[in-house]
Amino acid sequence: MKVITANFVTCAVKECKTSPLSFPLHFHDAELELQELDFQPEFIRNVVPRIDWDSLRVTANELGFPSLPESKPEGEALGDEQTLKDLHRLLLETQVMEGKLSEGNKSTLTSRRSLLHFVLLYLVHILQAPSAEAPTKTPPMPSTTVYDA
Amino acid sequence: MLPTPDTSHVSFDTIYEPAEDSYLFLDTLASASESKWLSGRFQKNNSTSSDSSSNSVPLIVEAGTGSGVVLAFAAAHSEQIFGRKDILTLGIDVNRNACIATTETVSTAIKTEQQKPESSATDTTTSPNLQTVHISSITSDLCTALRPGSVDVLLFNPPYVPTEELPRLPTASENDPTMSLSVSRSAKFESDSYFLSLTYAGGADGMETTNRLLDAIPGILSDRGVAYVLLCKQNRPDEVKERIRAWGGWNAETVGSSGMQAGWEKLVIVRIWRQENS
Repeated sequence: MKVITANFVTCAVKECKTSPLSFPLHFHDAELELQELDFQPEFIRNVVPRIDWDSLRVTANELGFPSLPESKPEGEALGDEQTLKDLHRLLLETQVMEGKLSEGNKSTLTSRRSLLHFVLLYLVHILQAPSAEAPTKTPPMPSTTVYDA
Repeated sequence: MLPTPDTSHVSFDTIYEPAEDSYLFLDTLASASESKWLSGRFQKNNSTSSDSSSNSVPLIVEAGTGSGVVLAFAAAHSEQIFGRKDILTLGIDVNRNACIATTETVSTAIKTEQQKPESSATDTTTSPNLQTVHISSITSDLCTALRPGSVDVLLFNPPYVPTEELPRLPTASENDPTMSLSVSRSAKFESDSYFLSLTYAGGADGMETTNRLLDAIPGILSDRGVAYVLLCKQNRPDEVKERIRAWGGWNAETVGSSGMQAGWEKLVIVRIWRQENS
């Protein structure tokens, strides 16, 4: 999966959607591969407006990329070729081949095997994020989640 | 006519082979009326307006991609369909094999289009090539793993055949490629039949899976978002459209159809979109 994908996916468990922990998911032990792609400044300039910048900063940091600017480049900053090139490399050229994903700190979601074809159907929801309203002993398990043996 | 993407690399043991419904999808997206409507919505605004968001690259998502033929068609012909050469595509399927097939089908279609000799010398102002990028094919259930409000165009050719039972979703081991190597021939046949049932079996009225997708639409589509959903006659498309209009603030229209049967269209494609704020 290209790194930009992380900006569009959340925990698949319905009960988690409202929790800020469900987005972005966090990479662990990620194995990266660079797949070169023509640099098109105009394209990346129009990708940036739809990026959730805070989440991308978290993702970039986890993947060992140099820190991104604190705020999303806009206007003139989007004319800076080096900024666009860096974003092009991170978002579109970097593929996460293997690794794990987790949600927040408490709940852990693990993807199985290769993230190349990112598996979100088999997220093992190990721990529920603490919730005052749901004092049930067993966290609600969505019917769509399938558990590994 | 726009060329159909190549799916000759796909093994159809567990994946739906493009058929009448798939082609209806391609024809509808490429039809003069739909591409005009879509281009009006997504085309870049060349005037130097301060509103950069209208120029932002649209995210096209297909749920249940199968071979990937529909998403690949949208990706390769994005200029004709959406009026722009720059879109992002994301595929989703519960069958891991379908995800692998989709990535290849879409990437190949984009590459093929990019390698075509540039015939239109008229347009030299913008970058000459198709810029569209396929970001991933994720093994997931419908739109459950997508960030709310992130999808600009959602495509869905559902399992729409009415069946007594709705097949359950595959387990991790069933989707594990290393497992399928060691099974007997009869077990493979059983597994293949099961995966194929996921491509067509829709449960009650053929609507159980489609209903789950429809319920997710208001949450998952962006403000400019639009969904295309294929329905068969037994799904009672008119009732489905009425139901969507009753959400409030939403429109639903039939924009493509095929296979007349006793005065009824056998298959239709319904466009679902937010009513403009007036």
